[in-house]
Amino acid sequence: MAKIQIIAIAVSLLFLLYIVRLIVKGKLREEYSIIWIACTIVLIVFSFWRDGLEVMAHLVGVYEAPNLVFTGAIFAVFIYLLHLSVVVSKLHSQNKQLAQEIALMKQKMQERP
Amino acid sequence: MTRIAIIVPAFNEEKAITAVVQGLNAVAEEHLLNLRVIVVNDCSTDTTSEVISTVDCVALNLPVNLGIGGAVQTGFMYAFENGFDYAIQVDGDGQHPASEIPKMLRAAIDQQADVVIGSRFIAKEGFQSSALRRFGINYFRKLNRMLVGITVTDSTSGLRLISRKVLETVSAYYPDEYPEPESIILYSLKGFKIVEVPVTMLERQGGVSSIGALASVYYMFKVTLAIIYTFIRIKFRR
Repeated sequence: MAKIQIIAIAVSLLFLLYIVRLIVKGKLREEYSIIWIACTIVLIVFSFWRDGLEVMAHLVGVYEAPNLVFTGAIFAVFIYLLHLSVVVSKLHSQNKQLAQEIALMKQKMQERP
Repeated sequence: MTRIAIIVPAFNEEKAITAVVQGLNAVAEEHLLNLRVIVVNDCSTDTTSEVISTVDCVALNLPVNLGIGGAVQTGFMYAFENGFDYAIQVDGDGQHPASEIPKMLRAAIDQQADVVIGSRFIAKEGFQSSALRRFGINYFRKLNRMLVGITVTDSTSGLRLISRKVLETVSAYYPDEYPEPESIILYSLKGFKIVEVPVTMLERQGGVSSIGALASVYYMFKVTLAIIYTFIRIKFRR
C-alpha cells in the first residue's frame, strides 16, 4: 500500500470521526450529516481502491481521471449550496412567522394583564 | 360603524412617530371616524418602543427586524384578526399627511374599491421625490401595464388602503422586501379593484430612507424578479 493511500485513509477516518462527534454533541443534525458521511465513504473507497478512479473515468469517457474528480466535486458542491439556500429560505420564512406571532401575542398579553 | 385600522410601520422613528400618531388621532376626532392606530415597531434600536407606549395606539413590537413588508404584514394580521373593515398603511416618518385619510376612505366606499393607493403624481403637488426614484416608478408603471394591463402612477407609494377582503389575502402572503410594487401585481391578479387618489406628500420629518442610492439598482432588479415570480405563481396556479 502506497504512503498516500495510508494518509488518505487516515484523514478520511478522522473526518468521519469528527462528523460522528458533531452529531453526538448535537451540533449537526442527522439529515445534514448524511451527505458528509457519504462523501467520507467515497473518499475511503477510493483510498483503498487506487485504480478505481481510472476505472470510473474510463467508464464515463473522461480522458484525464483527475478531471472527473473536479467535475464531480464542483457539481456536488453547487447542488449542496443550492440545498442550503433552500434551507435558509425556509428558516427565514419560519423566523418571520414566529416574530409576527410573538409581537401579536405580546400585545394581547398587555391588553389583558 | 366602519372600523378602520391605520398601520404605521416604524423603524427608528422616535423623532417623528409621536406627531404621526397624534395627527392621525386628531383627524379621527375631526371626521368622527372609528379609527385605531396600530404602530408596528420593527425592532428599532432607538427609543421607538418606549415612545409608542406613551401615545394612544396599539403597539406591536417585533422581537427581530423583519423589514417593511414583514412589519406591515404584522399590522395586517392584527387588523384581520380583530375584525377591522379597512386597513390603511401610513409611513412612520411623517411623509404622509393624516388629512388624506378621509379622502382615501371616501374613494374606497364611493367607488367600492378594494385597494386605494395615494398617488403624488396625479395632481403633481407637494414632494415629488428624487429623480432616480421617479425613474424607478416610471419603470414599474410600464412593467405593471405590460403584465396586468393596469396603470398605477405611483406604484412605490406606501400610503394605501385595503379592504377586509384584501386583508385576508395579505395576512397569508405579503412580500418581505420592497413590497409596494410587487403587491400591486398580487392585488390585480387576485381580481381586487384598485383605484388611485391624488395626495400631497411631504418630505420625511426624521429618520433615513429605507432605500439608499446604492441599493436602488438592487431594488429595481429584486422587485422586477419578484414581480415576475408573483405573476408566474398566481397566473399558473389557477
